[in-house]
Amino acid sequence: MTSPSTLAAPTRRSRAGRLAGGNALLGVLGFATFLALLEAVPRAGLVSPDYLPPLSRVGGALADLAGEAAFWTALGDTVRGWFLGLAIAVALGVTVGFVIGTVPVLREFTASTIEFLRPIPSVALIPLAVLVFGTELRSVLLLVVYASFWQVLVQVLYGVRDVDPVASETARTFGLSRWARVRHVTWPTALPYVLTGVRLAAAVALILAITAELVIGAPGLGNEIGIAQSGGAVARMYALVVVTGLLGVAVNVLARRLERWLLSWHPSLRREVVS
Amino acid sequence: MSILRRVTRASLAALTLPAALLALWWILTADSESYYLPPLSDILAAVDDVWLRSGRLSADVLPSLLRLLGGFLLAVALGVTLGIAIGSSRRLRAFCEPVLEFLRAIPPPVLVPVLMLFAGIGDTMKVLVIVSGCVWPILLNTVEGVRAVDEVLVETARCYGLRGPSRLWHLVVRSASPQIVTGLRQGLSIGIILMVISEMFAASNGLGFSIIQFQRTFAVTEMWTGILLLGLLGFLLAMLMRLFERRALNWYFGLRQAQRGGSR
Amino acid sequence: MTVMSETQTQSATRTEVLLDVRGMRKVYEGHGRSVEAVRDLTFAVARGDLVCVVGPSGAGKTTLLKCIAGLLAPTGGEVVLEGTAVDGPPPGMAVVFQEYGRSLFPWMTVRRNVELPLKQKKLPKARRSELVHQALEAVGLADVHTAYPWQLSGGMQQRVAIARAIAYEPHILLMDEPFAAVDAQTRADLEDLVRSLWHRLGVTTLFVTHDIDEAVYLGQRVLVLSSAPTVVLDDIAIDLPEERDQLTTRSSTRFAELRGQVFAQIQRAKQQRGAVEPA
Repeated sequence: MTSPSTLAAPTRRSRAGRLAGGNALLGVLGFATFLALLEAVPRAGLVSPDYLPPLSRVGGALADLAGEAAFWTALGDTVRGWFLGLAIAVALGVTVGFVIGTVPVLREFTASTIEFLRPIPSVALIPLAVLVFGTELRSVLLLVVYASFWQVLVQVLYGVRDVDPVASETARTFGLSRWARVRHVTWPTALPYVLTGVRLAAAVALILAITAELVIGAPGLGNEIGIAQSGGAVARMYALVVVTGLLGVAVNVLARRLERWLLSWHPSLRREVVS
Repeated sequence: MSILRRVTRASLAALTLPAALLALWWILTADSESYYLPPLSDILAAVDDVWLRSGRLSADVLPSLLRLLGGFLLAVALGVTLGIAIGSSRRLRAFCEPVLEFLRAIPPPVLVPVLMLFAGIGDTMKVLVIVSGCVWPILLNTVEGVRAVDEVLVETARCYGLRGPSRLWHLVVRSASPQIVTGLRQGLSIGIILMVISEMFAASNGLGFSIIQFQRTFAVTEMWTGILLLGLLGFLLAMLMRLFERRALNWYFGLRQAQRGGSR
Repeated sequence: MTVMSETQTQSATRTEVLLDVRGMRKVYEGHGRSVEAVRDLTFAVARGDLVCVVGPSGAGKTTLLKCIAGLLAPTGGEVVLEGTAVDGPPPGMAVVFQEYGRSLFPWMTVRRNVELPLKQKKLPKARRSELVHQALEAVGLADVHTAYPWQLSGGMQQRVAIARAIAYEPHILLMDEPFAAVDAQTRADLEDLVRSLWHRLGVTTLFVTHDIDEAVYLGQRVLVLSSAPTVVLDDIAIDLPEERDQLTTRSSTRFAELRGQVFAQIQRAKQQRGAVEPA
């Protein structure tokens, strides 16, 4: 088995380089095809332009949006709800996760409750949020925090459990205090999981922020979409949908960057835990 | 003796906190005058009236579940098929990747107003909304799974003449199944959210519709029964999913444990 | 296995060429550069032979094996199996890979792993069952039918892979450093298993290894390869007695001589390579 790996290594790398170039080109081509279809399909009348306006009209609506102060306010509202909710959920999730994860009895006695509460769809809280908070930011935060908290918590619990018992024992024999053990053994092991949790939570938080705006009517992009739809401003609605997509892409890219940057020293960029 | 003790301890661990929380809820709300927080005893007493005797179980919950089931199954068929196709071809993957990256980043609930344009507010719209939200995690996880099929296993299959549907099932699908199941699990939880939202937005029946109706008519106790029911439903579906996962991926959990050196 | 006709003794068919590798060359093409892994390989394997291919690490051993198995297309020359040029995995061939943990299907029981290729061959159920039983019995795993591969030790997993190969009733069996990843004791057991299976079934076997002792102990013939770009350095007939065992064979003078001969060739190959491109 030694032969092809040692031999082909330089070759394979350069081939990968060429493929990466070719891949990027194919990707651009793919996206161009997608855009062309969005323009051509409604123009050819395959789908009524009343339902799906040609891309150029959506582009025009997008340009109009960019000139409106109200749009930027809505975007700011959405980002604020997303960020605040995410920050609260991460702080809560990490704290609770470490406390439960490092105390075996707590872990044992909370497991069933976590398993029960986690799958409860956060949208079940919508009517409650409306009754208690109306269309305030707090409504949005309630949903966002509830949904993203579990993502962080569960990953942190996986991470704390992943701590190498040998490392933990070693730390104990060297007389490290409980706090020092958490600081120097548990935290570095769990960090990749924490960041995975943050990345997953960031995506979920955006979905819930926009959902809350759309359904409850809290100010933000979701609410703007609802208004555009009920007002029959179809191109504008699509433009707003595109903005939410771009926002989603930005959130994903940012979260991944953050993860890679913080873990550049870490031996393994790990994948999500399957179970 | 020790087994009995372990079982006792396990059930004690599983039941103590939920029981304590429920008891706490019961006691704290017992004399509640709060408009938003009716006594738990009232809520539980209302369940029978609101959902069972009124026929809402078949008139509202059943249609919701059927739409969810239909949308989810369609999304599975679509996601797994496309995922295998895209995952198997490097070029196709490179071609589709940026578009998929964008489409999956769109928060699925904004598709509710979009799809209402095309399909009105009937069952079709709701099923489509569920499909359009569920399909991405299933599709993308399948792509990842198919990509990660072990090279040695691929060569083994080639050497022993495995091809066609047999190769697809025994090699590609089985080998990607851990990722596919992860996709199914993520897809299902998005599906439930979309089921509720599409009904809250525009519907004449359904669980989400009922709950939002109760809220709009300030029937707070009834609303609470709906929230509890929805929570229970989410929990039960997650349990079903887990059962399926345990069965389908029995080999995978065993393999992982063996690779870890049998510990844990 | 019953199919390998009992009358087909090795000496009677010694002359018939089963596998013919003619002027095989393999160049890996890269972006603006290419690496020549195999320069010129020519050799033939007669029906019923057990040939070991040995070479230093970095020789194109795996490349050679993959070209013979039809998993890679050679850049030049050709591989002819039973009179037909190979261009894809030929039906009469079974391969045992080094990475036993990755070449068995982890989602199938041992029995289903062995049976799957037979199903693909569309053999009737009764025949499949017979072959699976015989093969698992032959490798000493008659009682683990329903276990999953990952429940077994490394050596047992490689036995399953061997059982799968022989149940397939191949005309030629390729083994790519099959015992490189198991411990020494298991390795000795598996070597004896290969010898005894070859004796009983008479299946033509090409065994690739980097271990000189293993090559000499197992083979009737040892092909010594050079470092890349690979050529055949030597083709040594192993005139050790047919009945071999780990203790007496390995301690015999003749074994030591043959081993020394192969070793000298490989050292020479390494030095040549060192002279061309110093480490």
